[in-house]
Amino acid sequence: MGEMISTRVAYGQALAEFGGRENIYVFDADLKSCTMTKYFAETYPERFYNIGIAEANMVDIGAGFAACGATALVHTFAIFACGRVYDQVRNSVAYPGLNVKVVGSHAGLTVGEDGATHQCIEDISLMRTIPGMTVIVPCDAHETREATRAILDTHGPCYLRTGRGTVENVTDTVKEYRFAIGKGITLTGGDDVTLIACGLMVQEALKAEKLLAAEGIHARVIDMHTIKPLDRELVIQAAEETGAIVTAEEHSIIGGLGGAVAEALAASCPVPMEFVGVEDTFGHSGAPLELLQQFGLTPEHIAACARKAIERKNK
Amino acid sequence: MNVQTRKELQVWAAKIRKTALKTIQDAGSGHIGGSFSIAEILAVLYFDQMHVDPANPDAGDRDRLILSKGHCSPAMYAALALRGFFSLDHLSTFRKIDSDLSGHVEMHVPGVDMSAGSLGQGLSTALGMALYGKSKKRDYRVFCIMGDGEIQEGQIWEAAMAAGFFGADNLIGFVDNNGLQLDGPLEEVMSPYPIGDKFRAFGWNVLEVDGNDVEQVADAVTLSSHIHNGRPTMIVADTIKGKGVSVFENQVRFHGGQPSPEEWQIAYAELNSKIAELEGLK
Repeated sequence: MGEMISTRVAYGQALAEFGGRENIYVFDADLKSCTMTKYFAETYPERFYNIGIAEANMVDIGAGFAACGATALVHTFAIFACGRVYDQVRNSVAYPGLNVKVVGSHAGLTVGEDGATHQCIEDISLMRTIPGMTVIVPCDAHETREATRAILDTHGPCYLRTGRGTVENVTDTVKEYRFAIGKGITLTGGDDVTLIACGLMVQEALKAEKLLAAEGIHARVIDMHTIKPLDRELVIQAAEETGAIVTAEEHSIIGGLGGAVAEALAASCPVPMEFVGVEDTFGHSGAPLELLQQFGLTPEHIAACARKAIERKNK
Repeated sequence: MNVQTRKELQVWAAKIRKTALKTIQDAGSGHIGGSFSIAEILAVLYFDQMHVDPANPDAGDRDRLILSKGHCSPAMYAALALRGFFSLDHLSTFRKIDSDLSGHVEMHVPGVDMSAGSLGQGLSTALGMALYGKSKKRDYRVFCIMGDGEIQEGQIWEAAMAAGFFGADNLIGFVDNNGLQLDGPLEEVMSPYPIGDKFRAFGWNVLEVDGNDVEQVADAVTLSSHIHNGRPTMIVADTIKGKGVSVFENQVRFHGGQPSPEEWQIAYAELNSKIAELEGLK
């Protein structure tokens, strides 16, 4: 079993580790102890600004820094980073193509007890639809560290999604793992079905792969850490070689990873496809694991969807 | 301010109006009222106060201007063209397909420091530039022009609070206080008054001037740049919407509406007459 650590903590540590460049500026909206920018703030206080509970102002202050040549990283909960300040991100960050990284923490249902107002299940969809926006959803601490380094080295607007709870490290033991924005990572081989997942659903997909293997079904598992630009080549290759696709995400089934994969496949290689995610509904309070169970974000449900997709393929 | 400088700036203001008007006429649409109310402010900034170089529009140490009321692009594009950032001929492409001169100001146009259009955001982006300048110990100034209706947006007050808190004394704002917004007088739609007291309460210096008087505007900018008391400055500029053309002045319909054929004629006649008068040809 891999180490348990949340992606937000891994992000905060990586930001402090790789944030030494003097043109990197970090902004938070009174959540530095939650988004974990506190590590950067302790290390580089002269390049950290707490804007208070004023997310719109924060995003645009970041845009102002970026317009002068800085790399600006703005931080708040995903629900505010993508919903509350959508207009600021769209019009003052993405439209001018500025080098602002929007980092949304506490995404998805697993924010848990805080309930629906804080459970952002639309962020991937909202950010992905903005022209020029890169969208990254790392699955574990190891991958988050790599993603953080990559976005700091890449110019342009970007959304990075992190989560509240601890998740198991799974990518640190992957042979020849190399993180590149826009390149998915094939974690297991298999020709019967492909499970494409992002965020904490990568771990669940790996568990589903084991359930399926016990039945003699060989599933390919892809860690699709970048939703945009999507690794279309890898997706289409998987569809051609396995003939059935299941996507899994801690997000609405509308417009997220599943939507992105479906768009790619519908145009190039339509195969039976099933979607694991939050159906068109809000979340609610509960323990994170209870919520994942209740909303079907489980290895069992992924496996069931895989069987269904294979059945449709064989019809 | 000596008489000559004053006259020159008045000429520039009149030329900004005339050029903006032609730009709007060629485009078939565009915002006359708010473009005309800020002509003196733009004349003072681009032709007297701001350290900018049309040959090097991205110079790191330049003064910056964010036109937060980005729909008044005709006036800004006119000022930039007159200042030499791009050719006057280029203005005929305004709002047309494949032109870089979009309906609202766009930062990839030479001389434009920040895209704007969605109201309420410019003071925050200006503050970001000002704080960056402080962090890098550069002595450039950042100017931001807001509409008076625009300050109904809550984000303006987030930025006002933060600029005061951070002591951004290299930030100089203007509120174009022309009293009218798209749906009518601010006092009827949603009053933001008193404007100056609100900014003072957030820790700003506030100067209240006749915004259509080049000398008062220039003096306010000079004073703002030399106060050095650790506070940003807001210049509440009392202006007339549609200033400079009798049939446009204080008319709500010229927020975004277009003149009749007769009104076009009156406008050009009055602006030409004003320029001729100022240049001493009449």
